[in-house]
Amino acid sequence: MSKVRVLVGTRKGAFLLSSDGNRKKWDVSGPHFAGWEVYHVKGSPADPNRLYASQTSGWFGQVIQRSEDGGKTWFQPGTPPGEPTMAPGGMPKGESNKFVYDTSADTGKPLTTHQFYDGTQHPWEFKRVWHLEPSHSDPDTVFAGVEDAALFRSTDGGVSWHELAGLRGHGTGPKWQPGAGGMCLHTIIQDPKNPNRIYIAISAAGAFRTDDRGKTWRPINRGLRSQYIPDPEAEVGHCVHHVAFHPSRPDVLFMQKHWDVMRSDNGGDSWHEVSGNLPSDFGFVIDVHAHEPETIYVVPIKSDGEHFVPEGKLRVFRSRTGGNEWEPLTNGLPQQDCYVNVLRDAMAVDSLDSCGVYFGTTGGQVYVSSDAGDSWNPIVRDLPAVLSVEVQTLP
Amino acid sequence: MIRVILPPHLRTLARVNGEVLLEVQGQATLRSALDALEASFPMLRGTIRDHVTQQRRPFLRFFACSEDLSHEPPDTPLPDAVIAGEEPLLLVGAIAGG
Repeated sequence: MSKVRVLVGTRKGAFLLSSDGNRKKWDVSGPHFAGWEVYHVKGSPADPNRLYASQTSGWFGQVIQRSEDGGKTWFQPGTPPGEPTMAPGGMPKGESNKFVYDTSADTGKPLTTHQFYDGTQHPWEFKRVWHLEPSHSDPDTVFAGVEDAALFRSTDGGVSWHELAGLRGHGTGPKWQPGAGGMCLHTIIQDPKNPNRIYIAISAAGAFRTDDRGKTWRPINRGLRSQYIPDPEAEVGHCVHHVAFHPSRPDVLFMQKHWDVMRSDNGGDSWHEVSGNLPSDFGFVIDVHAHEPETIYVVPIKSDGEHFVPEGKLRVFRSRTGGNEWEPLTNGLPQQDCYVNVLRDAMAVDSLDSCGVYFGTTGGQVYVSSDAGDSWNPIVRDLPAVLSVEVQTLP
Repeated sequence: MIRVILPPHLRTLARVNGEVLLEVQGQATLRSALDALEASFPMLRGTIRDHVTQQRRPFLRFFACSEDLSHEPPDTPLPDAVIAGEEPLLLVGAIAGG
């Protein structure tokens, strides 16, 4: 029987939740990296036992961790346990946390600046890795979306990292600005049909696309409208919270923006709103059913001033029509006195025949639905605030 | 030998339990002690000082012999008692929040 492994990042460590395909009984492992913020944990599609984790701290900075055994043991990729700490050439091997922005090849100076909260220009300063996206085909290749917003790639299993600087350098960088959570690159989508194409999204800049494997980039924000910026229809400056797609239709993208749920049918060339009858179109997560490309999920949040679910009710909303028509899914979820948030990377779907949907809350609950959202059960109720949820479907 | 006491999270990262003992070549300064620490424990690179600027991370402080060395120039010699191994060099994470 197939199994699932849920990878949970929290404010105080990582947890791995495992079950068979029934998704009724769960083993809980953790906390891993106890006391550290774990923004994201994700497995390699090419080698499911290869996991990457982003471990971060305001005190000690960024650490990248890797597992070769499905999360039983971990090490920093530059320094495998028991191995020499220096490479044959005398270079230190502990570089797995070294994220250094590219500078201008002509001047040696910073590539660009961005807009700060007070409207002045500000240099890029590395803070943490928000999202790790392993390659579909090579376990040693992994992308990292970081704050301040930039895209890095490792091709040696996370030992060393190099910026794909065409993103920051394409010209709109001075107009990017931090959202309330910082200026983070949080979404990385690799087109499974076209290896040249990658989508990324940044708060608060917008969505961007490359069609040459990351060398050059352009904004793809036409149709987005954000009342809170000086030009509501600007090319960049939009606070995109998350973007999702179905692998069978990589040109169809679904976006949860700060406010508004959006859809694109042409790889982001243009967007239109599909918020429809949602009780609030503010939110963070959005995801797509594993087998039904027109079935999508969001968790509406009351507002940008009140980051919790409306009316004290935790409701996932599902659309089976690719947006506009939404139904609340409440069976098994608290419907009174609930004031949690669900953050942007904290929802995932498995690919079992009956699609499983998972999400984690800032109250420390991780919920599972093994029937595509019709009913829900808590896997755990009392973890630290959940930052991210990923799931692996294992043979 | 220089004795160094790391904050608990860095002890976990470095996979050590108690004090760290360091052989420092030449004049023992904050810089040379941290260089020796990172050479022995490369996984700590970037967690104490910035990779590029080598600046102390803002929420970390260096203490020895009841003195705060955090703002001393990095090439200032360490106190004699630290060099003699009588007193440890402490890396302390700031207590923040509330």
